[in-house]
Amino acid sequence: MKYLDEYRDGELAQKIAREVHRVTTQPWNIMEVCGGQTHAIVKFGIDELLPGQITLIHGPGCPVCVTPLEMIDKPLDIAARPNVIFTSFGDMLRVPGSTTDLLSVKARGGDVRMVYSPLDALKIAEQNPGKEVVFFGVGFETTAPATAMAIHQAAQKQLKNFSMLISHVLVPPAMEALLSSPDCQVQGFLAAGHVCTVMGFEEYFPIAAKYHVPIVVTGFEPLDILQGVLMVVRQLESGRAEVENQYARSVRREGNQPAQKLMREVFRVIPRKWRGVGEIPQSGLGLNEAYAAFDAEKKFGVVEHHVAEPAECISGLVLQGLKKPRECSAFGTRCTPEHPLGATMVSSEGACAAYYRYRREPAVANA
Amino acid sequence: MQPPDFTPVCPIPIAPYPHVLLAHGGGGRLMRQLIGRMFLAAFRNPLLETQHDSTVVELAGKKLAFTTDSYVVRPLFFPGGDVGSMSVHGTVNDLAMSGARPLYLSAAFILEEGLPMETLWKIVCSMQQAAQRCGVQIITGDTKVVDKGKGDGVFINTAGVGVVEHDQTIAPQNVRTGDAVLVSGDLGRHGMAIMAVREGLQFESAIESDSAPVHEIVLELLKAGVEIHCLRDLTRGGLASALNEIAEASRVRVEVEEKSIPVREDVHAACELLGLDPLHVACEGRLVAFVAARDAERALKIMRGQAIGAGSAAIGRVAGSAEPLVTLKSAIGANRILDMPSGEQLPRIC
Repeated sequence: MKYLDEYRDGELAQKIAREVHRVTTQPWNIMEVCGGQTHAIVKFGIDELLPGQITLIHGPGCPVCVTPLEMIDKPLDIAARPNVIFTSFGDMLRVPGSTTDLLSVKARGGDVRMVYSPLDALKIAEQNPGKEVVFFGVGFETTAPATAMAIHQAAQKQLKNFSMLISHVLVPPAMEALLSSPDCQVQGFLAAGHVCTVMGFEEYFPIAAKYHVPIVVTGFEPLDILQGVLMVVRQLESGRAEVENQYARSVRREGNQPAQKLMREVFRVIPRKWRGVGEIPQSGLGLNEAYAAFDAEKKFGVVEHHVAEPAECISGLVLQGLKKPRECSAFGTRCTPEHPLGATMVSSEGACAAYYRYRREPAVANA
Repeated sequence: MQPPDFTPVCPIPIAPYPHVLLAHGGGGRLMRQLIGRMFLAAFRNPLLETQHDSTVVELAGKKLAFTTDSYVVRPLFFPGGDVGSMSVHGTVNDLAMSGARPLYLSAAFILEEGLPMETLWKIVCSMQQAAQRCGVQIITGDTKVVDKGKGDGVFINTAGVGVVEHDQTIAPQNVRTGDAVLVSGDLGRHGMAIMAVREGLQFESAIESDSAPVHEIVLELLKAGVEIHCLRDLTRGGLASALNEIAEASRVRVEVEEKSIPVREDVHAACELLGLDPLHVACEGRLVAFVAARDAERALKIMRGQAIGAGSAAIGRVAGSAEPLVTLKSAIGANRILDMPSGEQLPRIC
């Protein structure tokens, strides 16, 4: 397929991998930030092509995974109420809260609908003036502009029956939180290409300088990731810590400015709890006062209950790159995608789920 | 004879699913759990335990294949087919997976109050045309009507009977190390055709369903004396589910190569767009065949010789008996597990 097969070419992949082998002289730990990249690495077996000295650490970049349990319980509460149409992206539907999930709420009669865009949710609100339509706004900077657009349009149209549960999170503060931890193992980053398509990459310059880490904005196809790794390794081997852009076909330094403007108009930056990591200051988006009428938490008076995570789950350590999924005693037995114990097994982009799906047996990696 | 061990406790309220979800019908792991813990547990007998698309029984010296399937597709009419023709093709294909010559079908209709007669007539005509093409007769049936809002226009159940005229044992348990794995054409078209209509995706040209009968491919293979070990109709859950079910039933390791698996470009594009894996997407006119290695080339030639099998391809082999596992050699040359989907195919966020 055009614009895709070029980036999955086996021979070119081998060529870049050989170059990584050639330039690597010592062990390096590189974190890919985005869950989409984790998924591609495990799905295509990209790490198998790399030298043994390179360790890829799977970062906290899966929005479904890092949404805390308390937050997942809120839509379950709202969706079960009468006269509500609850809308969400597909992969939030089967994420289990503390007692149930949205698909089960639907099975018991809740009106839960999957949409591809928050603007579809807005349309549903216009078509159903007698119902309360709620959208679950989840994701990084990648999906936040569409959420902002839906709210902006709802305000213009003065819709009274539309609201959102907002759980957007921001990538750079999470990278800083990881880097400032005393246990941090990460020596270089593949930054998430789609996030940078929206935000650009200027905010990474101070991080690269402060923590002396190379940061390479990287795409999602096998050749993108291999090239991103090569660029990080070259920097590490020569002692540089710069921000570079591998994904130039999609990312500009300043990003998508109309999208950023819209986000600033609708959202403000707030502290947010990340599942498996804890609260990170300035790492989330909440609605600005002017748009408070669209806040579903206020509208439905949702009460937050603290929920304890299963003690056995090591997802926090996995998200920080301190453990690999297979080092968990529950992996693949008490914890599976059907019955996840924690963050990283929940979504197909979580590190544990990706390992479960593609690498259940250690033998496969070496087959 | 001992009565079956019936515990009064429902085996399914395995938390967290005390209620039926759509995923329980999605062809993935949840459906396997439901069938295994509920239906197999309750109805247990050696014939059912073969867990094949159709079951072969001996009656008065004749071997007959028997199967049933229900069709609940929405929309009722889609590019490349409709619920009527599909309800014939699907059951004919299930019979063909035992190597049977399909003969007779039943047709049971559950109609929703308010369904336009003209719509029903179109569906019935389509069924008749499909039956004629497949050389089967619809010889018995049933009609029920439910209240408006309690059905999706029309649900159809068909059961089928066919005659087995060969001496081979075609069943998952018969797969052998070294067997070649063949598919009869490009994958994922039916699922994406439906998805494209439901989600309003626009492509340069509509993706057409692959809904079609595949029994003639099987009959030709049998006529040529190809040693067939197992056949499976690729429906919900796609190739990945079929291969995993067979690997599990025969306790073998199956290896396939991504580059050899035919997927049309528009289907591939639609899957990329929605974050789906074409190997998890349903077909309605495709089969996977496990044949003896020495017959592989001949079989492929015969399959390609049939119009419906023109796009057939050899995609892999049975690597050995071990822990049941399906592995896929990726486009860039690394190996990974090809897993069964968990439930419904849900598009990813980003």
